Amino acid sequence: MNRSVFIRRISGKSLILHHKNLFMKLKWWKILCMVFLFLTVTAGFLIHVPMVGNLHQSIRNFFFHVPMWFGQMGLLSLSLVYSIAYLRTQNLRYDIYASELAKTGIIFGLLGLATGSIWAKYTWGEFWSNDPKQIAAAIAVLIYLAYLVLRGSMTDMDKRARVTAVYNIFAYFIYIPLIMILPRMVQSLHPGGMEGAKGGGNPALGGGSLDATMEMIFWPAVFGWLLLGIWISSLKIRLSLLANKNVIHE
Amino acid sequence: MASTIFVLYLAMGQPESAVYNGLFWMIQLFVCINAVAKSFMQESKGRMLYFYTITSPVHFIIAKLIYSSVIMLLMVLVSLILFWILLGNPIMNPFQFIGIACLGGLSLSLVFTLMSAIAAKAHQNAAIMAILGFPLIIPQLLLLIRLSKSAFGEVFRDGAIMQITMLLIGLDVLVVVLSIVLFPFLWKD
Repeated sequence: MNRSVFIRRISGKSLILHHKNLFMKLKWWKILCMVFLFLTVTAGFLIHVPMVGNLHQSIRNFFFHVPMWFGQMGLLSLSLVYSIAYLRTQNLRYDIYASELAKTGIIFGLLGLATGSIWAKYTWGEFWSNDPKQIAAAIAVLIYLAYLVLRGSMTDMDKRARVTAVYNIFAYFIYIPLIMILPRMVQSLHPGGMEGAKGGGNPALGGGSLDATMEMIFWPAVFGWLLLGIWISSLKIRLSLLANKNVIHE
Repeated sequence: MASTIFVLYLAMGQPESAVYNGLFWMIQLFVCINAVAKSFMQESKGRMLYFYTITSPVHFIIAKLIYSSVIMLLMVLVSLILFWILLGNPIMNPFQFIGIACLGGLSLSLVFTLMSAIAAKAHQNAAIMAILGFPLIIPQLLLLIRLSKSAFGEVFRDGAIMQITMLLIGLDVLVVVLSIVLFPFLWKD
């Protein structure tokens, strides 16, 4: 059954998804994803935002930059889960899941760095200021790029799956302390760093101190971007599974 | 390693503390990659099969970890002496620095042991090991460099040294535990 689905988003960002001869499985969460992202890119630019420090309107980046990182963390966590699942069950399908999720995770990481740099240009003065969180994020991207290099260097499917699963698990557990603990321990331009940070520190934008209007957009944005990441990964997984059809039996 | 340090001496004379610090840790990184790479790469397939039949993977990896740590500690001490002789001694607090250097050598060797185990499965490529290990070791290196600045006389806020040291030790324990848990999966070949 061929169905062609046309989805267009207006105002601000326009994203056209045109599926011809490719059957989009219409799941509830995909619709939810589209709704959330539509909300983000429209209302995100239109609502009233509080004036915090020197951020002015650039605070709207909060709906893009932070969810990118939440999304990346989510995707990489899922990748970890599938790596562990592979090691336990030797099911090659899980290996494909793990690698595609990691790839999307890398893309989200790069996007997070990009949105962060743009934000930094307007608030901190330069694109790259050697802030600990920036460096930690860049290292994270490097770690998972090494994961891809490792995958590329091996041809035997089972061995590749096993060895890269081991690396994925190891890398994740190094990554978490890196990105969570280190920036809090040292002086940082990011919110949450110690006081006395160069640049005078930034007002914290987490949790309780978040303005109510922003929060209304923020949480949908987080879920919207995360769902988008999962959606992209699922498409790639389906492609990959098709390509490797003869090896995946289960 | 000795020749590298000598070349450094010829190039830089006797550098002051910040440069000294950086150079020292770079040398350690380089030394570690070489030393640990040898420990896994050199094993031929036949010997690995022999080990596979006589011992359990957990014992094997613990043995490798201990072996790499000891080798690395030796290297650290030797390079400390060489640095002291050739590049001068801007260190304020030698015992602290020696302790930090040993801790650093230990951390580096632990991570690289597991990486070389992984790389050994990937067609014995030394470059792969460096690519894999380098991003993973950066956080620990940064912590070590920051910590060793204290041995050069920089003032830290109270408790920071303990905090960083604990964090490093914690990371080491994490790496060891992960290695022990994950190595059996690599072993099944």
